Amino acid sequence: MSQSPALSVKNLRKTIGKKDIIKGISFDLYPGEVFGFLGPNGAGKTTTIRMIVGLIKPSSGTVLIGGKNVQTHFGDAMKDLGCIVENPELYPYLTGWENLEHFARMDPSIPQKRLHEVVELVDMGNRIHDRVGTYSLGMRQRLGIAQALLGNPKLLILDEPTNGLDPAGIREMREFIRFLAEKEKLCVMVSSHLLSEIQLMCDRVAIISKGSIIRVDSVHALLAEQERVVWKAEPLEKAESLLREVTNVTRLQENLITLYDENQIGKWNRMLVTAGVEVKEMRTKLPALEDLFLELTGGEHIE
Amino acid sequence: MNKLVHNELLKLFRKKRLFVIILIIAALVPLFTYAQYQEVKTTREKLGNVDWRTQLQQEIVDTQNRLSSSRMQDDWRKYLKIRLAQQQYYLDHNINPQAPGAPTFMRVFVENSIDLLLPLLVMVVAADLVSSEASGGTIKLLLTRPVKRWRILLSKYLALILSVSFIVTASAVLSYAISGVVFGYGGWGMPLLTGFSTSGEELVTNNVHLIPQWQYILMEFGLVWFVCLVVGTLTFMLSVLLRSTAAVMGIMLAALIAGAILSNMVSSWESAKYLFMVNLSLTDYISGMATPIEGMSLGFSLIVLLVWAIGGLVVSFAVFTKKDVF
Repeated sequence: MSQSPALSVKNLRKTIGKKDIIKGISFDLYPGEVFGFLGPNGAGKTTTIRMIVGLIKPSSGTVLIGGKNVQTHFGDAMKDLGCIVENPELYPYLTGWENLEHFARMDPSIPQKRLHEVVELVDMGNRIHDRVGTYSLGMRQRLGIAQALLGNPKLLILDEPTNGLDPAGIREMREFIRFLAEKEKLCVMVSSHLLSEIQLMCDRVAIISKGSIIRVDSVHALLAEQERVVWKAEPLEKAESLLREVTNVTRLQENLITLYDENQIGKWNRMLVTAGVEVKEMRTKLPALEDLFLELTGGEHIE
Repeated sequence: MNKLVHNELLKLFRKKRLFVIILIIAALVPLFTYAQYQEVKTTREKLGNVDWRTQLQQEIVDTQNRLSSSRMQDDWRKYLKIRLAQQQYYLDHNINPQAPGAPTFMRVFVENSIDLLLPLLVMVVAADLVSSEASGGTIKLLLTRPVKRWRILLSKYLALILSVSFIVTASAVLSYAISGVVFGYGGWGMPLLTGFSTSGEELVTNNVHLIPQWQYILMEFGLVWFVCLVVGTLTFMLSVLLRSTAAVMGIMLAALIAGAILSNMVSSWESAKYLFMVNLSLTDYISGMATPIEGMSLGFSLIVLLVWAIGGLVVSFAVFTKKDVF
């Protein structure tokens, strides 16, 4: 990735009173990727996002959006940013269209036809002229995204975008986010406490716990590394020694755990069976990210 | 900036706040008109069948007799001469001083609503200008636009100034239009006494002079506008500081009512005169009512209110541009 980053966070810290809320986190995001920001509730996801979008002043560290510092060049930086922080809260007493007009008026560089474009993009149809108070959550989420896309941003930040949506809505949202990244070449940052979500829509993921980033890696790398096979066999000692000859084995109570290798797993099984070991169970561990998460965070609560 | 103010006015308008205020004024004015009408009727009944012209004539003769007495201080003589001129004007122009026209009603209405009613109406608009954005969460969308925070707050303040002007104008127009149905629309040129001041226990009448009623009303509405703006600014500050509109309204309501109570109590607690809420009745200085605390004057009250308003603005802008939005 030789492109210049759409978002660059350097050593960001926030101290409230004597408490370190965010303990110096850094990461870079590039155009065209969906970046997952994963952590349990209270890990500091929202605080970090609020610092990125300029709602909270960092105690130290810098945030560059499209190379422009949020602290010193607020206006320029915000032109490249679209965001929904937590819930998509819009003015309930205005119609969807009036809400969009309201926010469009705040940025003179937005042409009138852009409003039609974003409405088209999020597929709001005629409901756009109803009062927002009458919208369902899914509808408000769409309008929220429409307002975030108004200024043609290079970076889109969505805080818990699937929160409260029904399964169909979640699926739609996921596809829409992929579409924005792949077709519109946006950089999308998505925070979530749901591993399955992140796993399904993100290219890269940062795992945050207690105000620090534990790990930043591509979802593929994290999963590939983590996929394991759990064996139950009889007699256990014999199976263990046989498997140890061909791969790494960890013994966990009555289970043996090996790496998952699509090409080898059948051979290993045949080897055990021909040696007279009774294989009672073989299964891959799913979802893998969850185990990784537990491993990395040391068993912090996660939904 | 125009577009930002446009946004704020749109939101105010769509929240139907101004509409509610117009409705409140439109409902109250007929009530007051009726009360005033009853009062006029009672006075008339007391006088019986005596023609008001005869009575006024009698008063003029009385005043003339007193003036001819030689043992009289100069300033008192001057005051009586002005009274005489006023009474003569009423007689010459066929104005019954006991039967008010719509302008007189406007004057009485504004004098009585300056310290509570109109500030309360302004409070309704100002209280949730900022706090509703915070409690509704829309502030997050507002502050992540390529617009600096102070400009957003300024646009809200300008919207407030426009709303205050609107409320004051609306109350003037409505009180004139509605009461005129009963009292008639004339009486703009009626001369009124002003220029009273107090020195210690005494009413100083040295500067008393006559001005036409329209000028008098204009002055009073100017003062009302100023008072409303000050109350609006302080409410605005609370609205920046607090998330809950109800809390903003509660505090402001308590302050305003405390002002009304204190005005009747604090004559010996001198430093209370620096509180903004005992300085709200600016129109009393024009009509020559006694001040709640010795040493207060129109200039003094204006300065106290101005200082409070500037303080409120400084706090609002300092807090709003710095604060972390959670």
